[in-house]
Amino acid sequence: MRRRLAHALTPLRLAALVYVGLMLLVLVAAPLLAPADPLAQDVANRLAGPGGAHLLGTDELGRDILSRIVYGARVELLIALGATVVSMLLGTLLGLLGGYFGGIVEVITMRVVVDVLLAFPPIILVLLAVTLRGPGTGTLIVAMGVLFAPTFARIAYGQVISVKRLEFVEAATAFGAPTRTRLFGVILPNISAPLIVQVSLTIATAILLESGLSYLGLGVVPPTPSWGSMVAQGQRYLSSDPHVLLVPGAFVVLTILAFGLVGDALRSGLDPKSRSNR
Amino acid sequence: MTTYVLRRIGVGVGLVLLVLTLIFLALHLVPGDPAMLLLSQGDGGSATPEAVARVREQLGLDEPLLTQYWQFLSGALTGDLGESFRNGQAVSEAIGERLPRTLELVGLATLIAVVVGVPWGALAARKGGWFDSVTSVLTSIGVALPVFVFGSLLVLLFSLRLGLLPAGGFTEWGDDPGRHAQLLIMPAIALAVGFASTVARMTRSAVLEMLHQDWVRTARSLGLSRRTVFRKYVLRNSLNPVVTTVGIGVGTLLGSTVLVEKVFSYPGLSSLLVDAVTARDYPVVQGVVITIAVLFVSINIIVDVLYGVLDPRVRR
Repeated sequence: MRRRLAHALTPLRLAALVYVGLMLLVLVAAPLLAPADPLAQDVANRLAGPGGAHLLGTDELGRDILSRIVYGARVELLIALGATVVSMLLGTLLGLLGGYFGGIVEVITMRVVVDVLLAFPPIILVLLAVTLRGPGTGTLIVAMGVLFAPTFARIAYGQVISVKRLEFVEAATAFGAPTRTRLFGVILPNISAPLIVQVSLTIATAILLESGLSYLGLGVVPPTPSWGSMVAQGQRYLSSDPHVLLVPGAFVVLTILAFGLVGDALRSGLDPKSRSNR
Repeated sequence: MTTYVLRRIGVGVGLVLLVLTLIFLALHLVPGDPAMLLLSQGDGGSATPEAVARVREQLGLDEPLLTQYWQFLSGALTGDLGESFRNGQAVSEAIGERLPRTLELVGLATLIAVVVGVPWGALAARKGGWFDSVTSVLTSIGVALPVFVFGSLLVLLFSLRLGLLPAGGFTEWGDDPGRHAQLLIMPAIALAVGFASTVARMTRSAVLEMLHQDWVRTARSLGLSRRTVFRKYVLRNSLNPVVTTVGIGVGTLLGSTVLVEKVFSYPGLSSLLVDAVTARDYPVVQGVVITIAVLFVSINIIVDVLYGVLDPRVRR
């Protein structure tokens, strides 16, 4: 077990894990960590560069960029985690039912629902939802949650197919366990590893998508700070004060990269193929 | 082969019908009166009854649901996608004007991604060592790099600092071919980076898997050089998963252009979509979403057919 852990945790992945931990801390403790109010305008110090009184500089209204990054991280993670939980629950359920029952249930869950959702580039379907409901946190969580469900569904489906004829499931049936117990008590715990890996990757994808929508002005509603809209703002000052764009841009990239790396670490840690290391 | 192609097209047609149904239902499944929803600009102010009545009439919401569905389907299938709320322009006409520009952008980005990604990934798999490690780091960053951040970096470097390329805009090919190409190059590169990284990764792992096949050892033991085995057999056999990746990637690009077109003020299909979403111009949004979904499904069919051509086993 220990060797497997060492194998999964390269220094880079460890750094990513620490970064993700910090982000989760920001999620709960943003007001304590931000040096200033993200909306307070220090007009005398408009567009100040990094260093000085404002560690990462200020934007065109003199708002502290670090504080906006911290509060933006909170919104970003809230939406990404929310969407991931929704998609995990929905997708796993679809995949479990489709894989276990087969027949017409499989056609409806895997062919109709999953394949139709996969027939759209991700951002397009969210834009349709935003047109109907208007932008905002709730719309984004639900729309992105539905949108990412197919990935979980496909993983769960494949896993269920491969374990449902195995002895331990047959044994549960023989002992008279009801269908619900067999699905959620016997099969689900045995197929959860790849689903857990997918959680981290889905968070990364959700951040990528949300920051893009906010960049378009169709994600989080201002004045709530969000990384995407900070990048959009920064574009106007790109030639004179590139830091207004580069700082939030760097955080988007780092965060996506970190969640991706944590996903890789989870994969090497949980993948049955590397279990021989034990 | 014909049966395979026909079957694949049949599945695609079915999928398009389901997609249209989903888009139709989207308007009706959202809680609340769609007309009211579209008119509320998020400021809490309620719309006038006249405005609501007008929207209801324009969207045909007063008809029975089945009649609406039939009108929607027959309209979509004959290319009648309704009219814009804002300027009354036929949606199909607006799309017809914008679509070629977006396709040109996506096509060029795909070309760049394949031309860079395939040799890069193959080389990384073959050489291994430091080159492979550098590739792994670079492609991880490439995949994580949002197009709007990377696009802005390109503008900062090539337009603002070096002054080599215009920062954005669009010129028709007929008006000034040189400028048309200049304006196309940065958006295409911005779009291609993530895609090229994915293609390189996929090629690398496919080639690595092939290199470990028994038949590679057999071919070597028959006296074929490492180079011949690699070029004639390994590479060709590795291309199948790469074709799938490219197919999925092209579809994803249709989504990513939304962001790239915004960065470079490129007046393509996606910027039409974003403007329409911002103004809540539902007929236009619906029309663009249908167009993109149909393109996406068509690309998948083409990829599957291509897959069948490359690998006879798939056809059975």
